[in-house]
Amino acid sequence: MLSELLQFLFSGLTVGAMYALAAVGFSLIYSASGVINFAQGEFIMLGGMSAALLVQAGVPLPLAIALAVLVAAAAGLIVEKLAIEPAGNSEVVTLVIITIGASLTLRGLAEVFLGKGNHALPAFSGEDPLVIFGATLMPQSLWVMGVTLVVVLALGLFFGRTTLGKGVLATSCNKLAAQLVGINTRFILLLAFGLSAALGAVGGILVAPMTYTSYDVGIMMGLKGFVAAALGGLGSGFGAIVGGLLLGIVEAMTAGYISSAYKDAMPFVLILLILFFLPQGLFGKKATDRV
Amino acid sequence: MLEVRNLSKTFGGVKAVQDVSFTVRAGTIHAVIGPNGAGKTTLFNLITGIYTPTSGEILFDDASAGGESPDRLARRGMSRTFQNLQVCMNMSAIENVMVGAHLRLGTSLLAGLFRLPGLAKADAECRDEAARLMEFVGVGRYRDAHASQMSYGALKRLEIARALAAKPKLLLLDEPAAGLNHTETAEIEALIRKVADSGVTVVLVEHDMKLVMNLSDHILVLDYGRKLAEGSAAEIRENPDVIAAYLGASA
Amino acid sequence: MTMKPTTRGFLFLAFVLAVLPLALTNGYYYDLAIRMAINATIAVGLNLLIGYTGQISLGHAGFFGIGAYASAILTSRYGLPSGLALIIGAVATAGLAFAVARPILKLKGHYLAMATLGLGIILSMVVVNETDLTGGPDGMPVDAFSLFGMQIVGEQAWYVVVVLILLLVTRAALNLIDAPAGRALQAIHGAEIAARVAGVDTTSFKVRVFVLSAVVASVMGSVTAHYVGFLTPGVAGFFHSIELVTMVVLGGMASVFGSILGAVVLTLLPQLLSAFEGWETVVFGLILMLTMIFLPRGILPTLRLKFAGRAA
Repeated sequence: MLSELLQFLFSGLTVGAMYALAAVGFSLIYSASGVINFAQGEFIMLGGMSAALLVQAGVPLPLAIALAVLVAAAAGLIVEKLAIEPAGNSEVVTLVIITIGASLTLRGLAEVFLGKGNHALPAFSGEDPLVIFGATLMPQSLWVMGVTLVVVLALGLFFGRTTLGKGVLATSCNKLAAQLVGINTRFILLLAFGLSAALGAVGGILVAPMTYTSYDVGIMMGLKGFVAAALGGLGSGFGAIVGGLLLGIVEAMTAGYISSAYKDAMPFVLILLILFFLPQGLFGKKATDRV
Repeated sequence: MLEVRNLSKTFGGVKAVQDVSFTVRAGTIHAVIGPNGAGKTTLFNLITGIYTPTSGEILFDDASAGGESPDRLARRGMSRTFQNLQVCMNMSAIENVMVGAHLRLGTSLLAGLFRLPGLAKADAECRDEAARLMEFVGVGRYRDAHASQMSYGALKRLEIARALAAKPKLLLLDEPAAGLNHTETAEIEALIRKVADSGVTVVLVEHDMKLVMNLSDHILVLDYGRKLAEGSAAEIRENPDVIAAYLGASA
Repeated sequence: MTMKPTTRGFLFLAFVLAVLPLALTNGYYYDLAIRMAINATIAVGLNLLIGYTGQISLGHAGFFGIGAYASAILTSRYGLPSGLALIIGAVATAGLAFAVARPILKLKGHYLAMATLGLGIILSMVVVNETDLTGGPDGMPVDAFSLFGMQIVGEQAWYVVVVLILLLVTRAALNLIDAPAGRALQAIHGAEIAARVAGVDTTSFKVRVFVLSAVVASVMGSVTAHYVGFLTPGVAGFFHSIELVTMVVLGGMASVFGSILGAVVLTLLPQLLSAFEGWETVVFGLILMLTMIFLPRGILPTLRLKFAGRAA
């Protein structure tokens, strides 16, 4: 009983950590620009795919990981420069379609250059599972959770302690005011895209040894990252992390106790219920119309 | 016509309106004045149902109106304009005015889809009346224009036309003269007078003291969300508290 | 009295659709034209919600799927007449859309996008997983459409049917926009607070237009099921929803004729792109991005501005 529950909890936290990273990426871009970036999932895919292919080509694992993160970050910067910046202050729907266009383009490019096959990455430190109260825990899960924790702490320091981080917060709060006090909001936006692409890639690389990756895994992962971000309240970094973990756990419990066929539907059921009762997500700010 | 009793509204810890009471009699022009941030627009938003009061009562035509939705208050004969324009830039000028007459027309989607004959006739009459109202407020030359082609001053008048299209009993004007020059302000003053003479009770928030003093039968002064003074134009002009609030405590 | 521009546009559309068969020299062209008309009808309905009322939906393929699978399942597994199945599908869609609309349409912007997206994905997963009823990923065949013992057979008959539906829906949409209810919808988009103060019960209008656009999608789902004769879960999927929204935005928000143009372009595009072997997705994505960046108002309104500018 307990071991089963624990087992589901472990797998939920592992997947949830990746959702959390994706959701932080969504939140970051949303804060800096008010855009929901539907291409976020493709960064996750790019990270996992590039790393897997580089390792297959004989590049040592740590180097492959570093390169893969760079590839995704570069893709993020390019998307921002070529698609988001020229669009300026368009309507929400227009921006949604632009980022979906970007997502299709990235996926198409991955299909052409990286191929249609499934790929896997070797586990970072072996495949021997740890046994805790009868539940098995893969060492890779520890990597996922550990790295996520480090990333979250680093982001906390970045936003709390550095001028640049505070600049991002100021931009999200009031773009014009931030410009007036001399913050380069264009650079902030670029930074947000680069950073969230890198975060997504880290998540994609971390889970690549446990799940196969292919050119089309980005859609579902991106959508679930969006769910996690909305669950926590768009623009809330803390909310994004809680949302991601919660989503992972709910999904794992559904797969374990209810129906594995509907596990992918669960995040969307959850978000609908939350939005019905808490229209701003769990930790979002309540907005008042000013007239 | 309108009675406000001990009305309060807090946002988080900020007391935007505190314990305000006043009465607006039918057929008069009532002004609400006060320094920026005194809670004038919040008071309007409470009366017109955009905000829900934290405490206190609002009576409109002797029936409770506090916390009721704006569309239901519109049904009961209340209309307003906005400090920062709320004009539909996706529509033509005349259509904006026709939106004001929404409640007097058939609002069924199905009737609209199939253009039922009765509806088409009522709609044509509505269009004519909207044109007359645009003439009345002085923007008749924009009859065939798109809202996005109109100047700021014209849009302020268009909002008044839209509000009048609802045939309201009570009209609330939020800073009708803000951003207008002297000539335009004088024209708006004449317009408000015309509206009041046509039998509509008017409540207005305004910073232009000349306009307020010329028009108002009764003035309410707010400061930091509280009622500072109330009375006729002459009384307010003489009131030492009001002078102090406007010119600083040392005056 | 001079003719309204919308009336002129409508007559032009009717004329084009009437003479088009002269150019449809084979079954492939007919098939393309029928698909365009079906997509155009859905897009016109969806534009009432997105373009005119300003409420985004990323889940309308779910409603399309309900109509399509209701028709497929009720006719082939339960032997119901196809007309009745279509109506049951539409009523079910209306019921579901009505039930979820109130809480969903309270949301704004991205949260509304999220909620409609979630709804669509849940519906498509039901279709994928309930294999006993839907055939799951393998799909299921659908019988021909028959009414009072007459079957719709052949491309020409289908062309007439879908074109009549398209003209009906287009006319109705044009009527609505020019009616009090239509102005209320546009006022919700333009200045929601002002609309409420003018007496517009904004929630009720949003709910009704949401249900209306969902029902149009559902009916066209039923039509598609019978026309194609075979259904796969993709019709209810996220990508189909995105395609539908793209037709609306690409053609022109708040432009009925724009939606039709958008549907034509987006139906044609994959056919043209098949020349780019392997690069279809890349080119499709690039076209989406470029159009939205350079023609953010959509194709038709941008063209109209250009011509108006030249005339002035």
